[in-house]
Amino acid sequence: MKRSMVLATGAVLLLATACTSDVPPGGAAPTAAPGTSAPPAATQFFDQAEHDRQLALRDEAAEGPADQPWVQMLEPEMVDTAQYATQGPHNVCFSNASVDNPWRQVGWTTMQAEVDLHRDEIANFTALDAGASDDKQISDIQQLVGGDCDALIVSPNTTATLTPAVEAACGQLPVIVFDRGVDTDCPVTFIHPVGGYAFGATAAEFLADQVGQGGKVLALRVLPGVDVLENRWAAAERIFAARGVDVVGVEFTENDTATAKSVVSDYLQREGQINGIWMDDGTAAVAALEAFEDAGQPLPAISGEDQQQFLEKWQAEGLTAQAPTYPTFQWRTAVIAALQILRGEQVPSEWILPQPTITSENLDQYLQPGLPPLHYALCGCQQMPDFPARWGA
Amino acid sequence: MRTLRDRVGAAAPVFGVLLLLLVAIAVVNPNFLEPASLLAYLKRAAPLAILAVGQYFVIVSGEFDLSVGSLVTVQVVVAARLIDGDESATVPVIVLLIGLGLLVGLVNGLITTRLHVPSFVTTLGMLLVLSGAVFLWTGGAPRGSLSESFREPGRQGIDIPGFGQVPWSALILIAVAAGAAVLMRSAWGHTLVATGDNDRAAALAGVPVERVRTTAFVLSALAATVAAILLGGFAGVSAQVGEGLEFSAITAVVLGGVVLGGGRGSVLAALAGALVLEALFTLLNLLGVSGALESTVQGVIIIAAVAYAARRAGRRRRPPAVPEPSPQPA
Repeated sequence: MKRSMVLATGAVLLLATACTSDVPPGGAAPTAAPGTSAPPAATQFFDQAEHDRQLALRDEAAEGPADQPWVQMLEPEMVDTAQYATQGPHNVCFSNASVDNPWRQVGWTTMQAEVDLHRDEIANFTALDAGASDDKQISDIQQLVGGDCDALIVSPNTTATLTPAVEAACGQLPVIVFDRGVDTDCPVTFIHPVGGYAFGATAAEFLADQVGQGGKVLALRVLPGVDVLENRWAAAERIFAARGVDVVGVEFTENDTATAKSVVSDYLQREGQINGIWMDDGTAAVAALEAFEDAGQPLPAISGEDQQQFLEKWQAEGLTAQAPTYPTFQWRTAVIAALQILRGEQVPSEWILPQPTITSENLDQYLQPGLPPLHYALCGCQQMPDFPARWGA
Repeated sequence: MRTLRDRVGAAAPVFGVLLLLLVAIAVVNPNFLEPASLLAYLKRAAPLAILAVGQYFVIVSGEFDLSVGSLVTVQVVVAARLIDGDESATVPVIVLLIGLGLLVGLVNGLITTRLHVPSFVTTLGMLLVLSGAVFLWTGGAPRGSLSESFREPGRQGIDIPGFGQVPWSALILIAVAAGAAVLMRSAWGHTLVATGDNDRAAALAGVPVERVRTTAFVLSALAATVAAILLGGFAGVSAQVGEGLEFSAITAVVLGGVVLGGGRGSVLAALAGALVLEALFTLLNLLGVSGALESTVQGVIIIAAVAYAARRAGRRRRPPAVPEPSPQPA
């Protein structure tokens, strides 16, 4: 009796443990390069041509108004959308992968604010949240396509699995994909910032400049196997090798601040001194810095992200820091693109957004006091109605 | 009642494993044996060890508490929002957190004992309620920030000249361990174990089974509150701070030789189980196998430990020649 109960409860526990070990894909910032489904070969995550293209794009001047980066575009190839023009007001639909991290939260809030700017043109904005489940998102897309939508915006949960559902939708109505891509060019436009290689390379170049040849850098990563995060590291790894930087470790933190702090503490003990911290995702940047403070060590050069608490610490302590970004303002662009298509205006088939870098020189311009600690500064939302209250200030 | 041999027998393996792991870490990283490193390890392990102590009370009484991880998240997120960097709010907020912990534990306990909902379901429901509530309240991104004095216990320590800093969390852990050991030696501790061993017999012997179990849930929720204060202090605001902690705590307790289903095991062994788990993670990290493998390791440990415990239980409870009636209500 007792024994069978013990075994049964053990079994249930195991089931439940298995659930928690499902690591959410994407971390704070997801995919860029379309067409990368992932067999586990290390070289799978390095595409030389795409790498070179992204690094070159960093220096390109974007077309469009400089004060509105969310409508700027790099090397656009415009496509005609006259066939989609209809009389408004429109029903715009959105299939969202999830809102399970602060990056997506800020993006989602910003997107809703953008919709509110166009209440004359958008009669209904229907959004379904897939809760990070591919299955749910496939059925969400089917449900939206079967409903009364004039245009469909998709932020895919994963690349390969969502492709057939997006392809099916393309036959019915104009589709706008942003953030992570899909393995098809049937959407009218695919909106994304420059990409992971550019992100990783910008951070690595900064750190290589700061620590010099032989300087010690610790790389903190979220988790293995996510293509954009792999791209970030692939680009950085090459730069560190070329510049003779001593990479003392590459560790995964799953964006857990306690893990990040522990890992950094361990390395400080082992190495005695670390000159730079490279991160593929800046969520745990402040925790990493605190490990130095608690160990009584000088703060290192660090590459983080545009997260509020990191920017605040940067300003307060005068850090040697840089923040490449994966801007949340692309959530605005998706709505703008949908309306342009429904008006029959041209849009780029691949809408590449600029990917600004925050440096000590322009920090003041990006840092807005009073926002929540996990806000992302590149929301492009500073001039929107109800800012900053709507974003949690 | 348990014999001394029984007690040591159940607990000995975990202390052996802990020693083995600490030696293995020291071999990989000789610095580990320095006092500062050992204290840093204790500081890191303290929240999980305290959670394991809380979970022990519940498990030894024959129940589960799956809500502690999300309770930790709720406490940290609530603290950040209410304190919002204001030092003077620290103490009132800590009092509030303790109140919240008491409330959650009480609700878990009362639903389980009075409404006869299995604790697995009660606390799983509580997990979902709490994580949903915190998500709703924050919209997924925590607001506000913790004050320096709130972070003091999890982050700082006492400086002892010539020795270095002894972290508050290590001292708090020792205090909790001592308190729990004393409690388990008290009359209440014996009734708790008796309840888990056979609640009908305990009830017939005059043990207020429902009250004892409810108290165990309250103690677990209070342990989660202390862990939340330490974790929030250690690493700051995060919406993921408590993720998976309930399973780590249960794994730790099981590792300590505490039998799922109740009635057997020592609280200090459960605490040692948490230290083993943390040492194991440290070792894996040092060896360069980290991340996803941690959950695999945790899964294997649960299987192995439960199988081991079931074998022991099987041996001990081999039925006599004449089958006895089931000792437990079905």
